[in-house]
Order: sequence, then structure tokens, then C-alpha cells
Amino acid sequence: MATLVQAVRMALHYGETFLGVTDILGEDVGPPLGGVFTATQGLVTAWNTPLDERGIVGVAMGIAYAGGRPVAELQFCDYGFNTMDLLKVAGNQRWAAGGTYELPLVVMTPSGSGIRGSLYHSHSFESWASRLAGWKIVMPSNALDAYGLMLSAIIDPNPVLVLLPKALLRVQGERLIPGEPNDQELLKRLIDAPVGDRSNWQPRWPDVNEYLVPIGLANLAREGTDATVVSYGRTLPLCVQAADLLRDSEGLSFDVIDLRSIFPYDWKAITHSVTRTGRVLFVNEDTEVTNFGEHLYRRIVEEHFYDLLARPRILQGRHVPGIGLNQVYERNTVPQLPHIRQAMRSLAREEA
Amino acid sequence: MTTITEVTSGSESLSADWCVKIHQVMVRARALEECLIRMSKAGGAYFWIGGPGEEAFNACLGLQVKKGRGPAYDFLHLHYRNSATMLAMGMPMVDAVRQAAMTRTDPHSMGRNFVGHYSWRDWNVIPVSSVVEVQYAMAPGTALVQKRLGGDGITIVVGGDAGTAEGDFATCLIWSTRPGNELPVLMIVMNNGWGISTTTRSQLRLQSIADRGEAFGIPGETLDGNDPIVSWHAIQRAMQWCREKRRPFLLEPHVSRLYGHSSSSGAKRVATEPDCLAMFEQKLLDSSILTHDWIGEIRAEARQEAQRASEQALSEPSPTSEDVPRHTYAPSSVDAVYPDDYTGLPE
Repeated sequence: MATLVQAVRMALHYGETFLGVTDILGEDVGPPLGGVFTATQGLVTAWNTPLDERGIVGVAMGIAYAGGRPVAELQFCDYGFNTMDLLKVAGNQRWAAGGTYELPLVVMTPSGSGIRGSLYHSHSFESWASRLAGWKIVMPSNALDAYGLMLSAIIDPNPVLVLLPKALLRVQGERLIPGEPNDQELLKRLIDAPVGDRSNWQPRWPDVNEYLVPIGLANLAREGTDATVVSYGRTLPLCVQAADLLRDSEGLSFDVIDLRSIFPYDWKAITHSVTRTGRVLFVNEDTEVTNFGEHLYRRIVEEHFYDLLARPRILQGRHVPGIGLNQVYERNTVPQLPHIRQAMRSLAREEA
Repeated sequence: MTTITEVTSGSESLSADWCVKIHQVMVRARALEECLIRMSKAGGAYFWIGGPGEEAFNACLGLQVKKGRGPAYDFLHLHYRNSATMLAMGMPMVDAVRQAAMTRTDPHSMGRNFVGHYSWRDWNVIPVSSVVEVQYAMAPGTALVQKRLGGDGITIVVGGDAGTAEGDFATCLIWSTRPGNELPVLMIVMNNGWGISTTTRSQLRLQSIADRGEAFGIPGETLDGNDPIVSWHAIQRAMQWCREKRRPFLLEPHVSRLYGHSSSSGAKRVATEPDCLAMFEQKLLDSSILTHDWIGEIRAEARQEAQRASEQALSEPSPTSEDVPRHTYAPSSVDAVYPDDYTGLPE
């Protein structure tokens, strides 16, 4: 099975081969490196840009305006904060022009903690991004979804931000991408650039097929009756793991919803589950003031107050200036498995 | 009596026909701007910002644009003082007034954006932003597609002198001169000597902003943007360079700011700065191209045109509350929530 980053790479290959992607641009995305996380190795439309995130976003906008179909990479979302007003402008262009323009633009960027990235390689971006009206924001938690969401992001004629959970980039998927060889070693030989001199290397792409994960559609990763857990990105597999542990140890069962799209989010999936279980926990690792999960929490309280059996919960990153390098910092700043397990247990056990 | 066919400025000259055309655009642009200023003071518009003092250069620019849609034609990343450019390209005056009057019929922004924030897809006019200089970050992108396509379409990006302090100006210099990937970007820095209330001289040590191109191998020219004949030829040379060499050029016209920054600073006539329209009219009178009577007629027609545009725009409907989210998203076949457009929070 492909890793998440291999899935992104194959999606971009599919995009430039069949979906009209004209430019994959960013710092170090072209040869020889093919991206600091290898997401763009071997792609024919990938090219290296100056070290200028504002330029990357602005130029991608220009390419989209002129009829191209760009996928721009911000090397880490941590480097994207100086692009915020350009992202805002990109989101408003169609609206500002009264509907005369489209801006088919994809920006992808690794987000979140989990690679011992310290202050400047551990930020989360989805709460900031969720305030960029006019954008769509997706965040896969596994390889197949990364493939399907990337293809949808490319097809969608609006600006789409693809947040890639750094911690999961090298995690293998559990489901095959259509057309992917069922042999990880073979896949590696086919599409991973060799270490060292790669000047004569060419990828041998597997014959992958179209597979779309619609934007705005969540996935029910686990089904249960005692409570609902809503998460995405790095913390999603931890929620699934905690649900399995609590099922095995205490007989508790949870709906675990993988949101996959931050905006538009799948409100139907959330409300369907919460009205059934009466209990909900939102889990993400972005900082708590002010957190995207709080928006969902607010809507649950306002719209489903009388459906609830217990107070809703939210588990999120702490409001501190950064994530320190010593793992004591990271483990105590963003939700880890024990925190999630404890919060889920407490939610399910609270007396109605 | 000799028929004058050319008007001269310094060592350059321009045909009388073109001079008359340029003059007419300048007069109409001035009449439009003065009408918009009156609207902002009378309450028909909330705000005014525009380009009185930039008409000479901007009219010459608009008359030389290769106008059309798509990368075979010129892309325009304008700033908010380009009314004369748009009029020269053929924009009906009423469309500018509709934006000032915030009507639903405003074709640039549906009553959403400030006046002078033009957007016109059929002419590759990218929506103008009030946040200065972001257009310089986008310009190399449109130029890149144009270069790849071949042909002679170029990207024209316009900003002010104060805005060159933003990093996006450097972005444009760098991205349009990547070795082996030079781009046909015509950068135009309209130097009026001001950033709202701050003089350029107090912030920029450079004598000439055009000199900034030198380190990147970008040829530049500083010129008197109040002189339409000088402007016409400078634009023509710069465009020819970009179209043929497929490389960038940097123009720095010195212009006036005849009504201050915007209505927020009072929009009062500044008597101390040269008026490009008055100077050009004097030249045309001196050359016997125009007469006082003729100028009077042209001015009266332009004022009437502006008046009619104002009356028409002010009679047109406002947007409705249903319009608030409209045109947030283009229709998408892969969006489960908003297949057509944004409709409020997901339900």
C-alpha cells in the first residue's frame, strides 16, 4: 500500500496526465529533490521557485487566471503565514468580481505536529484557513483519501487548500489506490527517486485510475453507539485507535467521523451521529484560541442542545507560542493517544 | 494655412489624430472622476478614489493595450487610479459610476468593491485590490502562461511609488527575470510622490525607482507622465520590448495627484501640482489642433456624458440580501455541499 505522500505524488501524476495540471510549483518541488517530503518526485510539470512564499501563491493565482491549472506547494504551512492576505485575495476574487472569474488553484502544504519539528515546523493551519472564505480546505488522514481529495481539489474550479498531516505522510494506507500495485517494495522501486544521484532517474508510474473523494463528505471510520468523535488529520488515527482500545477493554463503542473536509464540512454526518449518540467530542491539534472545532461545538450547542445527553467536549492544542523541541513540550501541547482515550472514556461514561 | 499633422514634445511627436483621441479620453476621464468626487460628497457614493492627474499616461496606456480575453491578449493588473485606461479601452462611463453607486448592475463587482476597483474578464482586467502591490505578485503568473503560449500578449502591472516598498514589488522583479525564464511583464510605477500623507522622498532613498530594475537586467525609463506625447512613446517602446523580447520592462512615469489620496483626505483640488489636461490643451491650442470652442464642446459633452451616467446608475437597483453569498464559488462537480455556489453554512 502506498504511503500518504506517495498517494499525493500519484494523484499529482494523474492530475498532470489527465486533469490538465499545468504547473506544480514551489520551493524544491522540481528536480533534483522533488519536495522535502518527496511529494513531487518525478512529475513532469514540477518546477523550483525562488524562496518566496508570497510569490508562489501570487504566481499560482496568475497562472490560474491565464488559464493554467496550478498546484502550488508551501513547503511547510509554518512558512505560509506571510501569504495570508494573498490567500484572502485568492478566496475573494470570484466574489469581488461579481462571478465573472474562476480561480482553479490548489495549494498544498504539510500541517501539524508529529515530526519533532519544533517551533517552525509543527504549526497547524486549519483554523486560520477556515476563516478564508471562498476557499475549500481539505485534510486527509490516510493515503487513499489523500489521493481522492487531491484529485477533487484539482478538478474543483475554486481555490482549494490541501493540508497534509506531516505526521502521517510516511504512513502506509490500508486500502489500495485503484491501479496501485499491491506490493509496497515494488511501488517504491517504481516511483521513489533513489538516494544520491538521480539525474538519469525516471519514475515508472503505475496505471492509477480516477478515484474521487468529494469535497465536503466525511467518512465514518468507526461505528458505535456510546458517543461521537469528530476529528481529521493526525489525530484521526489516534481517535480510531482509542475507540478500538475502549471497545476491547470496556465495551464502549464510538462513531469516529473523519471529517476530511474542513470547509465545507459534512454537517449532516456530524448531526446524524450526534442526534443518535447524544454525546460528542471534537479532536484536533490546532491551538485552542480560537479553534475551528469551536465553530462545530458552537453549532452543536445551538442546534442540538436538547439532543445532548452530556456536555460536549473539545480536545485541542494548547494556546502557547509554539511546540518546543523537547518531546515533553510536544506531548503536553497537542493531543496524544492517552488524552484522547481519556476524553472519550469520560464522555461515554458521564451519567446522562 | 498649413495643416498641422504632428504635435511635438521635446524630440518626440505624435499625429494630430492620436492627440485628439488622447485628449478626448483625458477629458472624459477627468469629467468622470469629478462626477465621482461630487457623488462621494453628495452621498450618492460612500467613497472616492481615482486618477485625476494620471490621465495623460493612463489614456495612452489604454489606447495601446492589446485588448481581449485569454493569454493571447494583454493582462492588466491595475491599481485604483486607472479610469482613463479603462475608458480608453472602451469601458462605458456608466459602468464606473455603477461601481461608485454600488448598484447590482455594477459589472466590475456587483456593488461590492470601491470605485475604481475594476474587473473585466473580457479584457483580462484582474480584479483590483485595495491592498496595494498584491498585483505585482500575480503578474509573473499571467506572464508565464503568455510566454509559454508564444504570441505577443504581455502582462501589464500598475502600482504606485509608495507601494514599491512592499515585498511583492521585489517578487515581480525576481520572478520575471529567473535565468532562462524571463517574462513579458511591463511594470509601471506611477510616481505621484505620495503614499497617502507621506512623501516618497522621506521614505525612499532612491532617486529613481526604475533604477531598481538594473540589478535584475530590467531596462527602465523614468518619464514625465504628465506629457501624453512622451508617455505614448515610452509606453510604445516598453510594450514593443516586452512583446518582442518576451522580457520585462520597468516604466516610472512621474504624475500628479490632483485631488489628494481619496475622499478620506477630502478630495480637494490641489492647485500646486501640474495639470496634465490643462497643459496638453494648451499645447493643442498652441499647435492649432484644437480651438477654445472645440475644447469647450468636448468638455461639455464629457460632463453631460458623466451626468447621464450618474443619473442612470443612481436609478438602478441595489443588490438584495440574497446576493450576499452569491458568486462565492464556481459550480463544482466534486463538491458534495456546494455544487453550484455558496449558500450559507453547511446544512
